[in-house]
Amino acid sequence: MKLSEVKDILDAEIIVGEDCLDLEVHTAFGADLMSDVLAFAKAGSLLLTGLTNTQVIRTANVLDIAAIILVRGKKPSSETIALASELKIPILTTKYILFETAGRLYMKGIVGCLSKVENTSGRT
Amino acid sequence: MGEPKPNLYSESFPIEGGNFNSAGIVSTGIKSILKKLGIPGDIVRKAAIVSYEAEINVVSYAKKAVVNLTVVPGAVCIEVIDEGQGIPNIDLAMQEGYSTADQKIREMGFGAGMGLCNIRNYSDDFHIESEVGKGTHLKMTIQTP
Repeated sequence: MKLSEVKDILDAEIIVGEDCLDLEVHTAFGADLMSDVLAFAKAGSLLLTGLTNTQVIRTANVLDIAAIILVRGKKPSSETIALASELKIPILTTKYILFETAGRLYMKGIVGCLSKVENTSGRT
Repeated sequence: MGEPKPNLYSESFPIEGGNFNSAGIVSTGIKSILKKLGIPGDIVRKAAIVSYEAEINVVSYAKKAVVNLTVVPGAVCIEVIDEGQGIPNIDLAMQEGYSTADQKIREMGFGAGMGLCNIRNYSDDFHIESEVGKGTHLKMTIQTP
């Protein structure tokens, strides 16, 4: 699916990456805990999150995330926008909550970059 | 261990403790260096992840640190040597979910007791040494084809 379609499905506003709407995406990961994103998200995926600080952009950059979808109507700071522009990482914002965002994308064929974790030892 | 391997690349980067805005700059730099060296994408990603989690630890808990990146045939090595409070109980710190993080760290999306586990899991070889009141020394090796 193209990023432009993601934008339409989520009724999203594009904040960074107007020129990236032709980008193809097939998978996504959603979390507000960046360590979980680092542990599980795969390259080329969408990152759905409610966090808006610069560390979200750093995390996305480290993992080669295709684009960031901010949920619950979150708007990034000017600092976050500047870093995303510099690192060429598209940011979209949608008013849908995380659950709805994930569900709407899943219905249209976007799948998780993994469906279950292999090992939950020590997890609380 | 065999004969010492020639360095294909080596560089050191300083990190300033407590500076949350700067966390990630070193790993972004390491990532672009490794990419330019033609290291495969999945190896570059692992190296970037381990150095990024280590950077988060330094800004969260240490006064300052130096990151040494060394690329030799067959491996990327990342060493993070910090001056700071150190870790009293390494076994406990290595337990997933154990954390001493404050609110500021958690607001950034970290501090859930996963950093060192992520570092260990993405490294092919991982060493940690720490002295309370002095600092922590991490050494990560990621094999390259």
